[in-house]
Amino acid sequence: METSFARAGGLLALAAALLGGGPALADLSIPMVYLRQEVAAPPVLSNLDPIPEDRGIAGAELALADTMTTGRFMGQTYSLDIKSVAPGDDLVAAAKDALAKSPILFVDAPTEDILKVADLPEAQDALLFNVSSGDRRLRDADCRGNLLHSIPEDAMRTDALMQVLLDRRWTRTVLIVGPRPDDRALADTLKASAAKYGVEILAEKDWTFDTDLRRATGQEIPLFTQDFPDYDILLIADATDDFARYVQDNTWLPRPVAGSDGLRPEGWAPVLEQWGAVQLQNRFEKAAGRDMQSRDYAAWAALRTVGEAVTRTSSADPQVLRSYILSDAFTLDGFKGRSLSYRGWNGQLRQPIAVVNARALVELAPLDGFLHQVNELDSLGLDQPESACTAFGG
Amino acid sequence: MNRILTALLLVALPLPVAAGEIWVTNEKDDSISVIDVDTLEVVRTIPTGERPRGITFSSDHSRAYICASDSDTVQVMDPATGEILHDLPSGEDPEQFVLAPDDRHLWIANENDAVTTVVDVESRKVVGQIDVGIEPEGMAVSPDGKIVITTSETTNMAHWIDTATNTIFANTLVDARPRYAEFTKGGAELWVSSEIGGTVTVFDVATQAETHKIRFAIPGVNDDLIQAVGIQFTPDGKTAFVALGPANHIAVVNAETYEVEDYILVGRRVWHMTFSPDGSQLFTTNGVSGDVTVIDVASRQPVKSIKVGRFPWGAATRP
Repeated sequence: METSFARAGGLLALAAALLGGGPALADLSIPMVYLRQEVAAPPVLSNLDPIPEDRGIAGAELALADTMTTGRFMGQTYSLDIKSVAPGDDLVAAAKDALAKSPILFVDAPTEDILKVADLPEAQDALLFNVSSGDRRLRDADCRGNLLHSIPEDAMRTDALMQVLLDRRWTRTVLIVGPRPDDRALADTLKASAAKYGVEILAEKDWTFDTDLRRATGQEIPLFTQDFPDYDILLIADATDDFARYVQDNTWLPRPVAGSDGLRPEGWAPVLEQWGAVQLQNRFEKAAGRDMQSRDYAAWAALRTVGEAVTRTSSADPQVLRSYILSDAFTLDGFKGRSLSYRGWNGQLRQPIAVVNARALVELAPLDGFLHQVNELDSLGLDQPESACTAFGG
Repeated sequence: MNRILTALLLVALPLPVAAGEIWVTNEKDDSISVIDVDTLEVVRTIPTGERPRGITFSSDHSRAYICASDSDTVQVMDPATGEILHDLPSGEDPEQFVLAPDDRHLWIANENDAVTTVVDVESRKVVGQIDVGIEPEGMAVSPDGKIVITTSETTNMAHWIDTATNTIFANTLVDARPRYAEFTKGGAELWVSSEIGGTVTVFDVATQAETHKIRFAIPGVNDDLIQAVGIQFTPDGKTAFVALGPANHIAVVNAETYEVEDYILVGRRVWHMTFSPDGSQLFTTNGVSGDVTVIDVASRQPVKSIKVGRFPWGAATRP
């Protein structure tokens, strides 16, 4: 089943009343679509943190409200359609329908589905944002010139974690890997980042429990971790947030954990409070009734990117916007203390990564001392010389 | 007669006889640190409402106004005693404000509400609210009192408000996250700092047209850490000091040529500044290091760091 509903400019009447002064610009209308492929989430051990129904969407809606306020001073109106495709339903048909309405799409879907949408003939002159997949492929050989990425690449997050471990000199680690393919992919990303930053992974164990561990963590996990060699910190690769939460404080050695629990690298986290983040958190919480998550932030950043580009170029043409977004002139205030911009060679949004625990921000990466010849933010994730992406003319 | 003199002396006793004081709001301590300009030491610490940020004095310095952001109020304080006389209705989350030259109208940016609130400090009533962009912050008033500026951080604009009608007559785009606005001494120019953009935009007030863009570069400091916030002009109007946030430097800008002449190292995450009463010293609030740097204006050298409370933010001078 496909649901579709519009959030048009409720501020329009107000806008007309307020437009007293300012640059006399031609009225511009910017329709946008949030296109989501719903994915059946695998069962997880704990029900403590259900995935919000409106994950991602709530971020885009907040950005729409923020952007419309600017628009009302500029004679620009924005609207956002939300199309959510149920598992098994026809995403491509929904994408074609969306592209007929708007050349600007925020795509919230698995990697393969994002590529299907980006490769549609109808999408070739459109501007698409990947707001959900951290997969390296999309920034590497499978990049697409019409596809930008506001969600961090997975390696940006694991690199951020390794910067913190290196800074702390916690460079002897061990790794627990979950049984799913995405756990393995996350483990591989962690290992690549560890190698990049000279962090050792001394041993690796597969998570094999198939019981309900909640009643037996205190018996099982000390045993499971007993044969690890001595280490500084335990890494966990659990992409679906299934078992990671039960490891901390149950290990044989009294050591911290990192990765999918404990010390976590995130695009956004509720513990961010500096750099004006509190204002964004408050606005989000007021609108959505919950904390802002990384997916929400990615959707927020994507729509704000469009708003910023429209404001600065006074254009609604996706190609004009794309050129501006990829130019040196573009900067986005992302409430993370540094100006955000896009990597002109693969379309990834450069951004600091918050390395957090449950109660506080630990570090905002890149950390001091991790230098880069272009931009310190490029010390995180795939860098231009390593990337096989050519769709951006690189 | 004698009795009157004695009474006057008694009243005057709590007042230190000094060349002036610097008042600094400590955002995370809910207090004001008062620095004696002669001794360069903290002589008083005064409790305030929650999360004090903007601070200013009435023109005769008989009243201090303090934005207590998380208490959602502007507090009016007797600076001699430190006593809170009353609160003003301020709208939600007041962050910065300016007192109009009439000494009567306080213009307040309400960060969470996207409005600018006008309060009559005598009647203690809200006399106007103007819808502005998201996260209004920087506030400035022209020397003749005819124009008030609000900058909005997320909308990236300076909103020009006609104080006769309380309506916006112009909106001008600036770089990302405008934090502070200041008119030049004669009122011919408006300077607006952009924190994330890392620039200062200069406008011609008569036409509201952008005339200059000031950029900064410090060897060894990454560009995106150079984040312009507070701006202060020397009393002669010839030099501007611009606080550069996490770059931990103050830029010295020639206000006639717009050239950056110097960078002065101060404490960490420098926010705002104020001059000593004679203009010879500049005091900077350094949020992260929790101190105030004293700069000798003539030599452009930092001369002392003074420990204050947690997260010092606003600063104002009491002669």
